[in-house]
Amino acid sequence: MKRVLTSLGLILVLLASPALAVNPDEVLDDPVLEQRARELGQGLRCVVCRGENIDESNAAIARDLRLLVRERLVKGDTNQEVLDFVVERYGEYVLMKPTTEGANKLLWATGPVLFILAALTGLAYLRRRSNAAEPARALSAGEQARLDELMKD
Amino acid sequence: MIAELGHFALILALGVAIVQTIVPLVGAHKGWTNWMAVAVPAATVQFLLITFSFGALTYAFVTSDFSLQVVTLNSHSAKPMLYKVTGVWGNHEGSMLLWVLIVALFGAMAAWFGGGLPPRLKARVLAVQSAIGVAFLGFILFTSNPFIRLTTPPFDGQDLNPLLQDPGLAFHPPFLYVGYVGLSMTFSFAVAALIEGRIDAAWGRWVRPWTLAAWINLTIGIGVGSWWAYYELGWGGFWFWDPVENSSFMPWLFAAALLHSAIVVEKRESLKSWTILLAILAFGFSLIGAFLVRSGVITSVHAFASDPERGVFILAILAVFIGGALTLFAARANTMEAKGVFGMISRESALVFNNILLAVSSIVVFVGTIWPLVAEAFWGRKLSVGAPFFEAAFTPFMVVLALILPIGAMLPWKRARLKRVVKSLVPAMTLAVAVGALVWAIQSQKSALAPIGLALGTWLVIGAMIDQMSRTGRGNLASRLSRLSRLPRADWGKTIAHVGVGITFIGVSGLMAWQVEDIRVANVGQTYQVAGYDVTLERVYEEQGPNYISTKADILVTRTGVHVTRLSPEKRFYPVQAMPTTEAAISNGIWRDIYLVIGDPQEGGGFAVRTFIKPLTGWIWAGCILMALGGLFSLSDRRYRVAVGGAKAPMQGVPAE
Repeated sequence: MKRVLTSLGLILVLLASPALAVNPDEVLDDPVLEQRARELGQGLRCVVCRGENIDESNAAIARDLRLLVRERLVKGDTNQEVLDFVVERYGEYVLMKPTTEGANKLLWATGPVLFILAALTGLAYLRRRSNAAEPARALSAGEQARLDELMKD
Repeated sequence: MIAELGHFALILALGVAIVQTIVPLVGAHKGWTNWMAVAVPAATVQFLLITFSFGALTYAFVTSDFSLQVVTLNSHSAKPMLYKVTGVWGNHEGSMLLWVLIVALFGAMAAWFGGGLPPRLKARVLAVQSAIGVAFLGFILFTSNPFIRLTTPPFDGQDLNPLLQDPGLAFHPPFLYVGYVGLSMTFSFAVAALIEGRIDAAWGRWVRPWTLAAWINLTIGIGVGSWWAYYELGWGGFWFWDPVENSSFMPWLFAAALLHSAIVVEKRESLKSWTILLAILAFGFSLIGAFLVRSGVITSVHAFASDPERGVFILAILAVFIGGALTLFAARANTMEAKGVFGMISRESALVFNNILLAVSSIVVFVGTIWPLVAEAFWGRKLSVGAPFFEAAFTPFMVVLALILPIGAMLPWKRARLKRVVKSLVPAMTLAVAVGALVWAIQSQKSALAPIGLALGTWLVIGAMIDQMSRTGRGNLASRLSRLSRLPRADWGKTIAHVGVGITFIGVSGLMAWQVEDIRVANVGQTYQVAGYDVTLERVYEEQGPNYISTKADILVTRTGVHVTRLSPEKRFYPVQAMPTTEAAISNGIWRDIYLVIGDPQEGGGFAVRTFIKPLTGWIWAGCILMALGGLFSLSDRRYRVAVGGAKAPMQGVPAE
């Protein structure tokens, strides 16, 4: 029984196991082109996965996309041309780094703008604190009584 | 039967929690001592009931009671015992039960050890904490009941997701939940103080240990989670800027900010309203995190159990608690006048800057995480926000933070002279620049990442050490060193945690700048070279695990003929879930990790093998451990034990006579 299970499992392994991210047979001979392909791959999202780039993904469609990227590179496309080519087919959803077009300007501006606002507010606060007079610490009734006591002597 | 008792205990706990919310709150308002006193026993009873309920669910998992739906869906009789137990929180329902258990545990701890708190404040804190319990107990009972039975129990279960069958991930959620829920305690203190309308230095002191405890656990939880991703997901990344990761990172950043601003409240009675706001926001972001993970509005690598109805419920909880707290804040914030006066150059202003950087960077992460939702809702654009965005938008804040940290940490309170501090930090600066230049000179690819990252790391580490030494006063080195051991634990905590930040900086930049990767087909017996290492695929064989089948390889790594390590990466297949997992084999070293992954057999013979040389990777987690350790040191400082432990030590100093 165990043996049957094992061999059954093995068949399943062979059938179901997804490819390992970037596969050896995909790798380009030219190391410079391959390096560019890897960089591009890390910036492209696997459309069926949850937030993985095509370089890391095991899905078949990610493999197709990796091959597509390499094909375009071999044909002499620049990095930007490859990205444009992919975006034209799959939409901007595949870009891991959102563009700066349209409303995305808001996204990119969030950090700098918030930081400047926060820094200005912080500086105004600090200026107020540094100019404020140390408030006279009011004595509690007990402390006042004790002080009076001491002053009497 | 035991499951029914567990279910019943949970319903009872809800009843107790409702009582604990209302009675002490009314009592505190009217000044009725006996009504306020209800909170303490109620907190204990609530905790015991939920503990029993959790125990009942654990029993069902351990005995593989497949008549419970949640057990059937997430367990299997052949699963190892460890994962039967950890499987209790490896699913949505069970993890929520763990969540309320921790809410109740924190409430009970505040009840047991909060003897030093003024009774009115204590009653309010426990009531607010219990209100959080009510919300989540309701959430469990109405949308995510783990005790639902199946009318026809199956013969065996569907097993736990194999990715979760791992010691790293088994213990990752409990730490994270203690962290999230620990922030609920700080939130309760903040809301209680707002109701009270009064915050003073003592409040800052009471709140800090809870925030510290939460932050320590978040640090460990995030560290363990990223370590798991590193060795389990098979491509050796440590952080993916995935929505689930981000939702634990945002509260961590806020908790870090809160820790620092609470010091200002405690020592200088300033930044009070800001600290209250941070306390509300820190817990708010815990809830937002829970919402993002569990509602399924954002898909992520490891989202589990997502369901719109649950999402709406959590959103309602978020709206009531955070909306309510913020309204209360708006009404009461200006009653909290600041007392301390300080100059533009002072510890206070450095901490204000720390808070700005941490809070803004956290909001950047938040906006990036929800941007795909926003863009789709308002402009109909389907887009992604991935790692490249966060690396570009988040990193600058951390660089600035690292630059000012050693200086800010050494500035005296009230009024400081920048020149003096900078002068004492000259050795750290010199060394940092030297390290940066050296790295720039020796690295083969001229990228700026490694020199800058390593220089910043050195600056942080040495800066923290100089800070610590500066506390030993004057005299010769021997006497200063001997005084080192007598410094308060909180000082040690600060230094250790800041060193940890520097170490993590070094690890992250080393890995990101210098990783070497090799992908190839290797035949058995073949030797190939990667970055100066000779790697030999010795043999590949099959092995039967308890609930999986594994393809295992033995790979020998040598360097110039000297044995380095022999590693056995695995590819496992879990038949029940029909899911393969990669088990990378890693040789950890101080200077580098060797990371091996075995892939599929190839058509022309041989196997796909990935070899990574990952420089300085271990430093990432060493830094996390140091940060958590620093937190522990701080937490164990006598001054906080007195504050939390309820010793009747007077909080106000006694005037000298």
